[in-house]
Amino acid sequence: MQEEIGELRRSHPKNLAGGDFTLCDAFYFCKKGIENIVEDQVTQRFTSEELASWNLLTRTNNNFCYISLRLTIIWGLGVFIRYCILLPLRITLAVIGLSWLVIGTILVGLLPSSNVKNWLSDLVHITCYRICARGLSATIRYHNKENRPKKGGICVANHTSPIDIVILANDGCYAMVGQVHGGLMGVLQRSIVRSCPHVWFERSEMKDRHAVAKRLKDHIADKTKLPILIFPEGTCINNTSVMMFKKGSFEIGGTIYPVAIKYDPQFGDAFWNSAKYNMVSYLLRMMTSWAIVCNVWYLPPMTRQDGEDAVQFANRVKSAIAHQGGLVDLSWDGGLKREKVKESLKEEQQKMYSSMIIGSDFNEDI
Amino acid sequence: MGSRASSLLREEDIEEIKKETGFSHSQITRLYSRFHSLDKGENGALSREDFQRIPELAINPLGDRIINAFFPEGEDQVNFRGFMRTLAHFRPVEDNEKNKDLTSGEPLNSRTNKLHFAFQLYDLDRDDKISRDELLQVLRMMVGVNISDEQLGSIADRTIQEADTNGDMCISFSEFTKVLEKVDVEQKMSIRFLH
Repeated sequence: MQEEIGELRRSHPKNLAGGDFTLCDAFYFCKKGIENIVEDQVTQRFTSEELASWNLLTRTNNNFCYISLRLTIIWGLGVFIRYCILLPLRITLAVIGLSWLVIGTILVGLLPSSNVKNWLSDLVHITCYRICARGLSATIRYHNKENRPKKGGICVANHTSPIDIVILANDGCYAMVGQVHGGLMGVLQRSIVRSCPHVWFERSEMKDRHAVAKRLKDHIADKTKLPILIFPEGTCINNTSVMMFKKGSFEIGGTIYPVAIKYDPQFGDAFWNSAKYNMVSYLLRMMTSWAIVCNVWYLPPMTRQDGEDAVQFANRVKSAIAHQGGLVDLSWDGGLKREKVKESLKEEQQKMYSSMIIGSDFNEDI
Repeated sequence: MGSRASSLLREEDIEEIKKETGFSHSQITRLYSRFHSLDKGENGALSREDFQRIPELAINPLGDRIINAFFPEGEDQVNFRGFMRTLAHFRPVEDNEKNKDLTSGEPLNSRTNKLHFAFQLYDLDRDDKISRDELLQVLRMMVGVNISDEQLGSIADRTIQEADTNGDMCISFSEFTKVLEKVDVEQKMSIRFLH
């Protein structure tokens, strides 16, 4: 802000050095405002990424117009392949994967606690998640497997869609954290918790931050339990940026294992725009894309350093993930998808500007 | 799979907007996509709330004044034509336009019109002069609670003193223009539109 307003003033004759108000200061705010109306950094993260070149899916055809007959024929062929050949195969696989997950975990849950049970539980989970991943035609490349999250730790990743869970669970077993749902999700939740401990919260419990923190702390204190998987953004973002990490997960203590997930948008758009599509139509869109191609990077574990508070720690982890995944590091809250921005941010801007114009005035008065 | 925004904009409309504002075809379609994505109510017009939903604009101290500039006197909705007309003020001035002989009146993005846009940010009641009160109100918007009334008052007085040439304790548009004659308005009040 300072340089731009300073530049504005350089061309304006003034009798006081530094500080002071000039009429052209408004130009700075005006220009910024109009720039943000034309394009802003935040709202674009809540809709699917725009592609530079078309990937033959109608859904990404927002700004492209009719190009040629040949392209239309190829597109038509693509539609046939995706809907008539790939889709039925994928649905079959997904159904198999999910039903075996439910049956398998219920069966394993009948066993008494023992090492065998844990081993079987891991086996069932990984096998079924892998089948589900095939059901989405997911091609995943894992990097730096030596940094894979260990028991008693917290795994933290950027969030793009519920599929992230399947992506990560293909290569390791995690304890999930989340709200209790009804319907199909509820059935899944109740069955997988039989074979190994996950952390499911009732809606009412979620409001009590201390209760939540306590349950998570207890979980990671037990070194035999699987690492917790948390998405600190709290909501799905479109995989072009990483938004503010909520500090709750970083206050619990324990080792944080950051993971960066980056989807390749050429093959399919993995972002779940929950305002536009419900879960079922989203899954259908996933299963009629070309494929889900993604890269997963396991980053070296991090712990909170002395003198660093939870917010700074969260930001540090966020930067590491953004840097690795090639995503834009934003400090805006993902909650802005639904809520209004806090007044305090405006007050910060006002404060910054005030300190500029009050500069020399202040000295005069004293 | 959802409506394609550009299909709702007719070619005749695009041509008319092109003539009126000077934007290119692709710029207009692109801005229409943006207009459409801001229009959450999908009624072909934007309300003040639609603008407020842009976080970076909501935290801009002059955000409300800028949003206001889009709405004609007394109205609560702005359609795409109005949206483009206002944005046209910020189109960069191309070299071949500076010397063009204009028979259709001044283009929306001329220096005078850009200055007039800025003038209206201050002139709250649109009576073509900036009074001391209006200046104080806008200053208060920009500084929040961080400066006292007296200090703000003296800043306002000083600004009016510098600009006022006819002694009416208000800043008229011509006085405003005179004060800012050395400022590179064409550059400072222009933004880059892609394509």
